[in-house]
Amino acid sequence: MEQLIYVAVFVSLGYFFGRRAEKKHFKSLIEREEKMNKLPAMGSRMPPQDGKYDQVLVSGSVCIANDYFKTFVAGLRNLFGGKISTYESLLDRARREALLRMKEEAYKLGADLVFNVKYETSNISGQSSKKPPIIEAHAYGTALRKL
Amino acid sequence: MLISNLEFMTGKKVTKHLGLVQGSSVRAKHAGRDIMSGIKNMFGGELTAYTELLQESREEATERMIEQAQAIGANAVLNVRFSTSSITAGAAEIYVYGTAVILDDPS
Repeated sequence: MEQLIYVAVFVSLGYFFGRRAEKKHFKSLIEREEKMNKLPAMGSRMPPQDGKYDQVLVSGSVCIANDYFKTFVAGLRNLFGGKISTYESLLDRARREALLRMKEEAYKLGADLVFNVKYETSNISGQSSKKPPIIEAHAYGTALRKL
Repeated sequence: MLISNLEFMTGKKVTKHLGLVQGSSVRAKHAGRDIMSGIKNMFGGELTAYTELLQESREEATERMIEQAQAIGANAVLNVRFSTSSITAGAAEIYVYGTAVILDDPS
């Protein structure tokens, strides 16, 4: 009985704080993405063929932890299968944040373009299924500045 | 030393390919950080300590790759890739690899 109460408290705390944090994060993501729109990042492997460019490797990464509510919902979902939307938003946030950090670094260096952007996502909390996941998203690319 | 994840550079010629160079680094998180992350796991949010740890780890791996490239006389590393794997709970391996080349104009 006591354990049930603990779980209920943690789930509601996780729901409350987790949702608040997520909303705040999405808001700041949208704002910063708009600001960074003038610096295009591309997945293309071909650098532009005209003119000379100065280039440097830029990267951005972020580690995001899951909250208790998300872990709980995902645990339930595992029984029935199907879309785990709580994890989808988590990964979406992590990737967008990583890309933004990369762009911000490139912007500081005065770059005009970022080429050959690659994403990499990993779970750094280990293989044990007991521990809630910590996700790391890493984005890297080559920032080009026209000479 | 020029590091890039492009396969070639416009206006620069590769005069010699020297093969693959690599660097890796394994880092564990210390207990204090682990406890903090346990708390963060309730509420969600960014784990700044881990982000920094992995960043440092990546820098060190890149450093090692550059050392190796310098040892074989390269002046640039092209087509650089990163990879991360978690070996056990609490430790992550960062691996960086790329092709060491000699460029005619490495500026």
